Amino acid sequence: MPEAAQRELTFAQAVREALAEEMRRDSRVCIFGEDVAEAGTPFKVLAGLVEEFGAERVLDTPISEAGFTGMGVGAAMTGLRPVVDIMFGDFLTLTMDQMVNQAAKVHYMSGGTWKVPMVLRTTLGATRRSAAQHSQSLHAWLSHVPGLKVVMPSTPYDAKGLLKTAIRDENPVVFFEDKMMFKLKGPVPVEEYTIPFGVADIKRQGEDITIVATSSMVQVALGAAELLEKIGISAEVIDPRTTWPLDEKTLIESAKKTSRAMVVDEGYGRYGVTGEIASVIAEGAFYNLEAPVKRMGAMHVPIPFSPPLEDVTVPTDQTIFEAARALCGKE
Amino acid sequence: MTTVTDKSNTKSNTQVEKWIRTYRRMVMIRLFEEQVNELYTRALMPGLAHLYVGEEAVAVGICEALNPTDYITSTHRGHGHCLAKGASPDRMFAELLGKEAGYCRGKGGSMHIADPATGNLGANAIVGGSTGIATGAALSSKRLRTGQVAVCFFGEGALGQGVLYEVMNLAALWKLPVIYVCENNLYTEYTHYSETTAGDILARGTAFGVQAEAVDGQDVRAVNAIAQKLVDRARKGEGPAFLLCNTYRYTGHHVGDINREYYRSKQEEQEWKTKRDPIKNLAEWLISEKLADAAGLTAIETEVRAEMKSAVEFAIAAPYPGVEEVEQDVYA
Ligand SMILES: Cc1ncc(C[n+]2csc(CCOP(=O)(O)OP(=O)(O)O)c2C)c(N)n1
Repeated sequence: MPEAAQRELTFAQAVREALAEEMRRDSRVCIFGEDVAEAGTPFKVLAGLVEEFGAERVLDTPISEAGFTGMGVGAAMTGLRPVVDIMFGDFLTLTMDQMVNQAAKVHYMSGGTWKVPMVLRTTLGATRRSAAQHSQSLHAWLSHVPGLKVVMPSTPYDAKGLLKTAIRDENPVVFFEDKMMFKLKGPVPVEEYTIPFGVADIKRQGEDITIVATSSMVQVALGAAELLEKIGISAEVIDPRTTWPLDEKTLIESAKKTSRAMVVDEGYGRYGVTGEIASVIAEGAFYNLEAPVKRMGAMHVPIPFSPPLEDVTVPTDQTIFEAARALCGKE
Repeated sequence: MTTVTDKSNTKSNTQVEKWIRTYRRMVMIRLFEEQVNELYTRALMPGLAHLYVGEEAVAVGICEALNPTDYITSTHRGHGHCLAKGASPDRMFAELLGKEAGYCRGKGGSMHIADPATGNLGANAIVGGSTGIATGAALSSKRLRTGQVAVCFFGEGALGQGVLYEVMNLAALWKLPVIYVCENNLYTEYTHYSETTAGDILARGTAFGVQAEAVDGQDVRAVNAIAQKLVDRARKGEGPAFLLCNTYRYTGHHVGDINREYYRSKQEEQEWKTKRDPIKNLAEWLISEKLADAAGLTAIETEVRAEMKSAVEFAIAAPYPGVEEVEQDVYA
């Protein structure tokens, strides 16, 4: 984090500032989605943008995710730089043909002639008591598809820098924001900056175990690292920041150094991000590892509504702490 | 717009019973939602809920035209549909609080109440998400010759979803006994429907040869009369229908939507509440037709209020599901 980082912003403010700055810089940047204008989204993340940039650039759409995501693809191919807003990550399912069969493939199928410089902003994350259709973390689905880039910021600083990079990228980028983090505060410098994709950030240095975490799980893992420190385990917490491109080198180097690794992500464990990252580490650091790489993700169930049930479906600082302690062989 | 023409019948005992039952159901929904709001403001309910207050005549008028075995699908704003189809308030409150005694053992919450016993295929938190389910239920009914009708409730926001048009086309092609009930309460979340809906709403049905009608959704007798006609038609194998009910939600998009003046005026809200209240309108009619008197209606309200209070108490006292439940029911 740079020295000049004095000012604090919430995660939501950082996202809004990135959008506003990019819209000022480039008149081709526009936003569309449901209730993005006057309402500024249900989470109020976009509040004030329509006032500054007008209804021509901040467009309220009908509840037509497939339609307006497809329009995002077409508009991106033909001169605009759209930021498509999908209110809840669960509604990505409605955009899948547009994202997977269209956006992701246009550049390749056209022999590199057409480009799709669009961003799809959406959410992930459970524990908001929103039940099974408003709580999923589906980022692994998109990370699976060649042609898409997938961004998962864990701090206001990263959110701003990564979103600016996403908007400037020549490819379709899916940008996931954990809805439980919108009020999280953190330092964000006033000066212009961007953060490149594919560069992991070591959020905390450590010697005994590497904890790779994504999105809000980074914050949870940092909490676990504090607990681990109390029992004499020094945890290194690494945030890949983008699941694709993935900074394999930094993850492998850290695991080689600490000789133990675990991966924490809020998507489902099965066939998910943790599996991919664990295999990268296992392949790259095999001869330095003292234990199998441990994975922690959402329990393999639809997210239940009932609070005591929902709370056990996702990793917590306590469950990460226990797993890390076991991995380090400490009683 | 349809008016009730069978006035001579309305005084028969069954007709009196029917309209008193209708009144009671509408009051029940109103008071149920009052309690939900209370649970939210007292921080006793996890998450949010979308209240049906103001729209009671739609669910009740339509479900009154259905048999207990007929199907419905519902929406995020679904409490009214579930109650109108016969759900019991105590198990609904229990579901809203995430308790094991709830209709979904606490796993669904406010937006996912389902109940096979009352033909409720489930409330749905994906706008337009249940249109396929309702149409599929109508296909079953036709194939299995059960005579059941399926009613698909959705807000006008679902007119934006392509799946609705795919299934209406299929329903018309295959003459399925399904009724698409579009509850136009004027706003999606925070946007007036005119900003998101081009052209004519009824034409969306007629384009596919689906019988399309509009009705004043604040007039429960009108809703019921037209629903009865469309249900009978569907049951006889004459095909699907699209029923546009013009209505209004009195409160916010959800319980937390308190400051609404940036998208609609207080005056507009006040006008609907005072001039077009479905419960008040039915009460006035009941009294003017001498089917009930004011004291009788007040007694109903008092009774229902007490019933809601004890249902809430039941739900508050009910236990949460055990944590081991979390992995049950993922697969059948
Ligand atoms: C596919 C989908 N997109 C967006 C949402 C978020 N959302 C929930 S309710 C709602 C508005 C629905 O409006 P309408 O269908 O008219 O029903 P109303 O709330 O007015 O009863 C929106 C956009 C959703 N649940 N599902």
